[in-house]
Parts: sequence; structure tokens; C-alpha cells
Amino acid sequence: MSRQVRRLSLVFALLMVAVLVNITLIQVVNAGDYRDRPGNQRILLAEYDRERGPILVGTDPVARSVETGNTLTYLRQYSNPRLYAPITGFYSLIYGATGLERTENRILNGRSEIFAVDRIQQLVSGRQPVGGAVTTTIDAAAQRAAYLGLRGKKGAVVAIEPATGRILASVQAPSFDPNKLSSHDPTEIREYYNKLEADPDKPLLNRPIVSLNPPGSTFKLVTAAAALSSGRFNPNSVIPGPRTYDLPQSNKELRNWNRRQCGPGGKVTLRDALAVSCNTAFAWLGNELGADALREQSELFGFDTTFEIPLRAATSRFPADPDEPQTAMSAIGQFDVRATALQMAMVTASIGNSGRTMIPYLIQEVRAPDLTILQTTEPEVFADALRPSEALALTEMMVNVVENGTGTNARISDVRVAGKTGTAQTGNDQPTVAWFVSFAPAAAPQVAVAVLVEDAGAEEVSGNGLAAPIAKDVMEAVLERR
Amino acid sequence: MTTEAPTQASTRDRKKPTRRWVELLLLILAWGIGLLGTMQIGWVSGEGMTTRYWVTAGVVGGLALAAHITIRIFARYADPIMLPVATLLTMLGLLMIYRIDVASARRAVLSDSPMPTPDVYSQLTWFSIAIILFIAVLVLLQDHRRLARYTYTSGLIGLVLLVLPLVPAIGTTVNGATLWIRVGDLSFQPAEAAKILLTIFFAGYLVAKRDSLAVVRTKFLGIELPRLKDLGPLVIAWLVSLAVLVFERDLGTSLLFFGLFVAMLYIATQRRSWIILGALLFFAGAALAYYNFAHVRSRVTVWLDPWAYADTGGYQIVQAIFGLANGGVLGAGLGQGFPNLVPFAKTDFIVAALGEEIGITGLFALVLLYAILVERGLRTSVAARDSFGQLLAAGLSIVLALQVFVIIGGVTGLIPLTGLTTPFLSYGGSSLVANWVIVAILLRISDRSRRPAPVAPSPDDAMTQIVRAV
Repeated sequence: MSRQVRRLSLVFALLMVAVLVNITLIQVVNAGDYRDRPGNQRILLAEYDRERGPILVGTDPVARSVETGNTLTYLRQYSNPRLYAPITGFYSLIYGATGLERTENRILNGRSEIFAVDRIQQLVSGRQPVGGAVTTTIDAAAQRAAYLGLRGKKGAVVAIEPATGRILASVQAPSFDPNKLSSHDPTEIREYYNKLEADPDKPLLNRPIVSLNPPGSTFKLVTAAAALSSGRFNPNSVIPGPRTYDLPQSNKELRNWNRRQCGPGGKVTLRDALAVSCNTAFAWLGNELGADALREQSELFGFDTTFEIPLRAATSRFPADPDEPQTAMSAIGQFDVRATALQMAMVTASIGNSGRTMIPYLIQEVRAPDLTILQTTEPEVFADALRPSEALALTEMMVNVVENGTGTNARISDVRVAGKTGTAQTGNDQPTVAWFVSFAPAAAPQVAVAVLVEDAGAEEVSGNGLAAPIAKDVMEAVLERR
Repeated sequence: MTTEAPTQASTRDRKKPTRRWVELLLLILAWGIGLLGTMQIGWVSGEGMTTRYWVTAGVVGGLALAAHITIRIFARYADPIMLPVATLLTMLGLLMIYRIDVASARRAVLSDSPMPTPDVYSQLTWFSIAIILFIAVLVLLQDHRRLARYTYTSGLIGLVLLVLPLVPAIGTTVNGATLWIRVGDLSFQPAEAAKILLTIFFAGYLVAKRDSLAVVRTKFLGIELPRLKDLGPLVIAWLVSLAVLVFERDLGTSLLFFGLFVAMLYIATQRRSWIILGALLFFAGAALAYYNFAHVRSRVTVWLDPWAYADTGGYQIVQAIFGLANGGVLGAGLGQGFPNLVPFAKTDFIVAALGEEIGITGLFALVLLYAILVERGLRTSVAARDSFGQLLAAGLSIVLALQVFVIIGGVTGLIPLTGLTTPFLSYGGSSLVANWVIVAILLRISDRSRRPAPVAPSPDDAMTQIVRAV
């Protein structure tokens, strides 16, 4: 009988092996496939089962998780959804996550390595990780001022603290309601998302950091900076500023926006050329300095670099190999020069910060669930774009723009404001964009701001008319708080 | 593997170690593993380590210790591995039931519905009853051969128990299968008791009849066929199994009994022809059931492609597979998966629930625990000094092995799903008690066979070494 028992035990061993092989197929070989099958709620539940950390503006949670009482335990809620949408992004069942919800996912869901100490404790206890909190650099007052200013318009505002690179405001218009994309109702989510996608104004586009536009006359700041740092020019240098500038190697000519010459006899100082935004003078200056000098200068301000703040910003560009007429156009921020509002805010902030470009950032600190600080972002220098004396000279030129030139709408009583207007054509027969960039107080700026308004009128004054008041409000909001 | 080892055990037998300290050490290890697991769940749920936790841990530890002490006194030569393994399996079951209780309670709090009664306490109560019966068997049953006297009584009671759920007044249909009887508040799965009683019956009956059953009458296509009149018992077992399948719709029990009988018949008669005949009858019965009964047909269709029925008949199995896949190699961690998404996670699908949280690593260990238990049982059979003991030990081990294969295979989609409990793990008193009684009987047989013999040991004893070498 023993022999039969042994044979049977062999049979049972084979049966067990069959079971183990089958389990291996399920749990290891095909596991990935099963995880992605429709009807498998586990991955989703795992995300929605733990309390996601908040995204804070100051101490105010603008995104937080609330308990629901149904299968998906936590619901993501946004206070002031449209105001902070370009920062928080959304957290959707169907469309995944965007904004800080995406880039800071591992901190918010508590799975980041920086919770290492917690991790060990969790490993022992097996407790669900609770998410960490992300505190942004956003200044609520500045954000709100920018948002209100853009109401009814299409555009973007970015404000930066010049000395550090902290992003104080990042606003888009039109915006969207992340609550409706982060709900637990798939039908609602789909309907809303499709509506946003179909909207020609593209509310889902993160305009402040990914929308690329020709910077127009605001780019004259870069050209002026290149001129000053070349050592060949100072604010009082007299340069040609005729009514028209004949583009070399072509029969086209370039005009000033008011179709007049910029100074008596077609001569103008560099200071005045900036004050009246003289196209012909800067076009001439561009070719005097050369495309390489312009590009070099722009790159010191952050062009041709991709910044992750940690949201990935679009890369602002200076054209690679322009000929002379193209260089002339590039010098006044046309042709193929493209910049984000973030980039123009960086240029402005750098001038205000004695020529030192700081790396922009959106996250102030990361806190553990028990609110101990785990990470603090330290300001970091990106490049020295100008010598302090040159930066000071350019600042004075920009103050002149606001006090005596095209940027009068940005004046703040008792505060010296440095600024520059801009209007740019995005292409032939394309709508124009109006720009205004500024910082204040001029001597020791606390805020630098770039305002972009799309579909503006064709006049240079639109920068002053549409964009400058918004910039003024944002600067005031920051200055009043301090 | 088949070479006979020389018999030289007689002198060594005298000072055979009892290995009770090994048992105690393993028992403490098993208890510790269970304790850590429960602790982890307590932490995850935020409940922490309450007084209730320590009381529970104490009760489980106390029960296991009581079982150990009983063995020390009444069966000191018994196998030292089986008790720790069975204890560990029971604790794993308890902690998984506790874990699902926690999940249900949490959901109830969130959805503002009434708090469900935790099942872990009733399972703990059943564990106490199981240990009491375990102790009773070891104390009262000094010699397993006494069971042979009740061969036909066991057979009769076993058969009655098997058909009892069909009695309208007390039979209850749960989830489509009529395998429960309910008397007042107590519900009870008679098939669990029946499997022990019928194994005793098969062992006693086959020991008595094996010589005649082994007689070869004719050869057909190279198969040695038994005499026609000896086919009776096999046919009866087949018909009873079919009846269970048809009337109680209990695929698992039906398969279990028929498989058990055929395997024991083969061991007793040493004739492969019984296996072939049994297999033929099995396939005939399966075909018959498939074509005549919708519930059998639907089980098979779902098994062939559960994904096509993911929202209906295949829902359970698909959810189980999702759970297992989520577990992956290391598992989600105790308390961190979603075992409550799988229907019947405390009973039939407890392996899927465990697999999600302890991963394939844990499931391999779990299957190995069963394999060890079955192997120790079969080793006991080989070492037994009497034929009845040999058959009984083999039969009880086969019951365990078949049940584990049928349920784990079913839950993971290897074979069609049948409703069987997972031994020691599943929530349910009858199953837990029955399996502990099985362990008690196996321990009794192993104690008898390893105890220094007053008489010369049977030649069968030498087989111990052979099995070890396999």
C-alpha cells in the first residue's frame, strides 16, 4: 500500500505545482494586463483610498481631500477652483492629473522617498501612507488681483519675486473648474472635459507657462540689455531713429508704430528710444550688435532653457540663424522670437535684481502629514545677465517708460515703477497680443510682473491700455501686503 | 525510489525522540507570525493594539498550548510538524477574517449604515470548539484501530449527513448550493463531518474487502478489470456523488467524495484499473451533469472564459483574479489591499483575499504549508503499522489535499469553480472543527506508529526512510 500512497503523493505534488504555476501566471506574468482591464477598480481605489495631501497657498488649502462615504473614499476639492487652476491642475478619474497634482503626485499621495522615516514606520505598521502637503510660493493677493484684472479677457499673468525667483502669481483666462474634472461622476467629467476641449479659447491651456507668443516691444529690454552690456552704448548714446528703417537685403521697410520719427532729425538717445518704443532704433541696434549678441543676452535671461517650476514650462526661443532683416525684426520681438509670460517676467525680474536671473519656482516647501517641514526650496541663481551698473541704467530707462513714455498706466503714487509695453503680431492677419512687463519699487523691487493679453487691438498703446493696469494692480497687491 | 530499505529500525525505536520541543518551538513561531500579521492590520486600521487584541492573542496562544500539552501527555510520539502548521493556517484565516471585518466596518462607518457584526469572534469561538474536540479525540481515542469497529456505523451516519440538507425542514440553500442544515440559530455543514466519517468507513470497508476487490477477473485492452460483482461499491459511491451534485448542487463535495473513494480504492487494492474505471465514471458523470444541468453547464462556461461573463457568472472569479494581480509578487501588504471587493472573501475566496495582500510570495508559502501538512499525513500513512491506520491516514490526507486543490484551483480559474471551504482558513465552524479533528486523528495514528513498539515493527515501517528520500 505504501507504494500507492507514494505514487498518489506524487500526483498531489503535481497538482500543487499546477496550482502554483497558475498563480504565477496570474500574479506575475499577466498581472500587468489584469491591472489595466476595464472593470478593475483597484488601481483607482488605491489612489482614492488614501487621504491626499493639500496644496497650500500660504496656509489656505486650495486643493484638499475630503471623505465621501462611498467606494471612492476621498474626493478632491478645490476652493477657488478657477483662480488656482493653472497651479493645482486637476485630479481626474478619467483624464489623470495635471499641474501640481501631477508633478507633486508622489508627495501628495505620500509615496515619495522623502517620507523615508515615515516609510519605515509604515512598513512596520503597514499603515496607509497619508499624503504630504505642498506649500506654493503664490501670493494670494497678487493672484487674485491678476485674476480680476484678466476677467473678461484672454491672457496670462505671471508675477515673480525678483530677488528669489519665487512665483507670486500665475493666472490664466479663461480658466476652468478642476472640481468638475475631479469629481467621482464619469459622465460629468467627460461632458465637462469635452466642452473644454471644444472651446476655441482653450481654457485647459496653461497660458502663463506654456503659451508662446512673440514678445514684441517688451523684447526691446533684451536688445537694450545687450547694447548696454556690449560696452558700446549707454542710455545717453545717440542712435538713428528715423521714420522708417529699410530692412537690409529686401525692399521692405519697418515703421514705427506711430509712423513718426523717434526724435528730432531721426536721432534719438537709447533712453528715449525705449521710452517711445522706437522700432527703427532697436532694429538698427539689433543689426549693430548682431544676432549672436542678442541670442546670448536672451539666453542669460532664460531663453532656450526649459524650466520646470516643477510644472514644465514651454521653452522660449530666439531664432537660430536669422539674416539681417530677420535680426532687425527679432530685435523688436517679432519674426520667430517666442516667449512665455513666465519668460518675460524672468527678464523683467532679472533687470530689477541687479541683472541676476533667478530660477523661477512654485513650491515653497513640502511638509509631512504631521506638518514637519521636509523640504524647502532655496533660491538659485540661473545666470548673471547684466552687471549691476548696467541693470541700474536699464532700470532708470524703464522708469522713464512709465513716467514719461508709453507705460503711464502702470504708475503707482509714491512708488517708482519700471516697465515696458509691447504689442506683437502673432502672424500675418493674426490677432495681436498686448504685453506689459514691470517691477516695483524700482530701487529694490519686491515684484516683477508680466501681463499678456491676447486678441488686443493693433496699437502699441494697447499694452499700456489693456495690460499695464493689470500689472499695476498686481504690483500694488504685493506692495500693500508688505 | 522503489528500492526497499533494509529493516533496522527495531533497536533505534527504543530511544526514538519525541520531538515535542520542536513542536513547541514551531508553535511559538506560528503564533508569532499570526501575532505580527494581526498587529499590522491593527496598525493599518488605526485600531492599534487594544486589550481585545491581547485577549485574542492570548486565547489563540492558550488554545494552541493546550493542544500541545495534550499531545505531550496523550500522544507524545506524534508528528511534531502538523500541530504548528494547522495552528498557523488557522491564525492566517483568523487574521484575514479580522482584516475583512475591519474593511466592512470602515465602509459601514463611511456610508452611515449599521455596523456589521465582526465574524472573527465567532470564528475564534469555533476555534475553541475545534481545539476542545481535538483534545477530546486524543484523550478518548487511545488507539485509532478502535474506529474500525464503527466502520458501517460511520458509513451510515456519513451518508445520512450527506443527504441531510435535502430534508426540507432543516436544509438551507446558500448561494445556490444546498449544503447547510439549520437548527434554530445554528447552521452546520454536514458534509464536513461526513468527510471524516466516510473516510473511516472507506478505510474499514476496504481493509476488509481489499483482497476480493483486488482479484483480477479479466483483462481488457491491457487493463486488468475487477470482477463485475465487486464493482458495486464503486458504482454506489459514484451514484451518491452524482446525487450530491444533482440534488444539492454541490460540485465540490461531490468531486471530493468520489475522488477520495477512488484514491483509497487504489491504495487498498493496489490496482491501477480502479483509477482508470473511476476516471471513466467521473468523465461520464461530468458529461451527464454537463448536458443535463444548467448550473453545471454555466460553471464550465464561466471557467472557460470568465472575462466574457465578468459582470455575471464570472464576476467572482474575475474579481479574485484582479485581487491576485494587484497583489503581485510581494502583495499589497496586510490591510492595504481591497479583499472586500471579492465576493465571499471570508469563505470560498479567502485565498484570493490573502493572495492580494501577501502576494505570490505569501501564497507559495501558504500552498507549501498545505503541502507539508498533506506530506506529513501521507508519511503517517506510510509509517502506520496497521492497514486500517494506513488507509485512514492516507484517506484523511487525501481529503485535505483534494479540498485544497479543488478550492484554490477553482478560485484561480485552473479548474471550474466549486464551492468548498479552504481548510483551516475559511470562515465557518463546521469546516474548522472537522479539519482539526482530522489533524487529531492523524496525530493519533502517527503517535501509534512512532511509539516504541512492544512488538517487532512491521516491515512497512521502513518506508519512512523511502518517503524521506523522495
